[in-house]
Amino acid sequence: MKDASVPCLPRGVRLHYDKVRQTHVLLGPERALILDDISHVILSELDGTRSVGAICATLAERYAAPVEQITTDTLALLTDLAHKRLLDHV
Amino acid sequence: MSRPQPPIAMLAELTHVCPLACPYCSNPMELTKKSDELDTATWARVFAQAADLGVLQLHLSGGEPAARRDLVELVKAARDAGLYTNLITSGVGLTEAKLTALDAAGLDHVQLSVQGITAALADRIGGYKGGFERKMHVAERIAEIGFPLTLNAVMHRHNLDDLPATIALAQRLGARRIEVACVQFHGWAEANRGQLQPTADQVHAAKATVEAERERLKGALVIDFVAPDWFSDFPKACMGGWGSTGLNITPAGDVLPCHAAESIPSLEFANITQASLSDIWYDDAAFNAFRGTDWMPPLCQSCDRRDIDFGGCRCQAMAIAGDAKATDPICRKSPDRAKVDALLNVAPSEAPFVYRGRV
Repeated sequence: MKDASVPCLPRGVRLHYDKVRQTHVLLGPERALILDDISHVILSELDGTRSVGAICATLAERYAAPVEQITTDTLALLTDLAHKRLLDHV
Repeated sequence: MSRPQPPIAMLAELTHVCPLACPYCSNPMELTKKSDELDTATWARVFAQAADLGVLQLHLSGGEPAARRDLVELVKAARDAGLYTNLITSGVGLTEAKLTALDAAGLDHVQLSVQGITAALADRIGGYKGGFERKMHVAERIAEIGFPLTLNAVMHRHNLDDLPATIALAQRLGARRIEVACVQFHGWAEANRGQLQPTADQVHAAKATVEAERERLKGALVIDFVAPDWFSDFPKACMGGWGSTGLNITPAGDVLPCHAAESIPSLEFANITQASLSDIWYDDAAFNAFRGTDWMPPLCQSCDRRDIDFGGCRCQAMAIAGDAKATDPICRKSPDRAKVDALLNVAPSEAPFVYRGRV
């Protein structure tokens, strides 16, 4: 996973709002991951067209936060999900 | 005892009908007749109740769920309820038209069982000639549609040495995930222990294979491995603790804390046609029987692993120690551990399989 990678959630992996626990979750095969606010914001940006770099730039501007920090967090999250086969990237 | 958390996963055993007759089938010895199965509307109501209760993952299983004529309607009802919907199937009976309709109904994921990597072995285990070839055909169609696929391989003495080739098969079929599950000796499998029990060497080799293949296939294939606990010093945290994360509904609507719970004769189970799923989850006596730690024998109560393995598996305690409230006999501290070791010494048998019965 690099800045230039274009990530997306593959078929069978989707975001879901859990009304009972009042939290966002990521649902996939045999998995239900409870998402913190930051993870949910990042995953909501994935559209299969924009790169990690472009997404991080958008988030840095929206939250007035350092792009380096956001990039570090984003790459860590996406790499972990890719290892679990819950995320594809090209 | 504090109020339990809501469940995350529900296994719906839609039917006990199945074209296969695997000698390790997890269905009970006494199978439910087709005429006693819940109807479409009742299942749809149960799915809605499950979602309201907090269930996120629904596993549609059997028997063979494709044997239900209303499978497509049931998937649609589950998706309408907001559940992540997984079909656990042998593939036999899934026609091309049905797969296309399941796609349109919103099925999220398919878990396809494999009984072996060759037709000769797979068809002998499944007790169904031509089953392997049908399954491979279905797998191709699943890949064409694009369903995410998990391969589910139940392993025992006759196929554990084929583990590397089984993992290769999962890759060839385009699976993202493989579940390697060693036979657990409840019910039908118990009647086939001598025929199925792998050797200690086979289990150790399988653990090494899984470790190496996980590293080699990182990011390409997820390998979930349910190793047998018989050679371990401590029991596994069965179901993550009784009545804590999941529940199971039988074809006739009985609501169980785990799929083998009917093997505990002291328990009586509520039926979904008589009570709501929420009332059963929070208040039913069978669900509360082994929740928390109050039920535990002193050996478990005082153990520093009490909140790690929750006393282990209740059905295993019943089957081997003869007491569902006993410490799981896998535990080295259990007075019944010698019974486990004796079972591990059961001589390999070449007797014919005792195949699962037909409904």
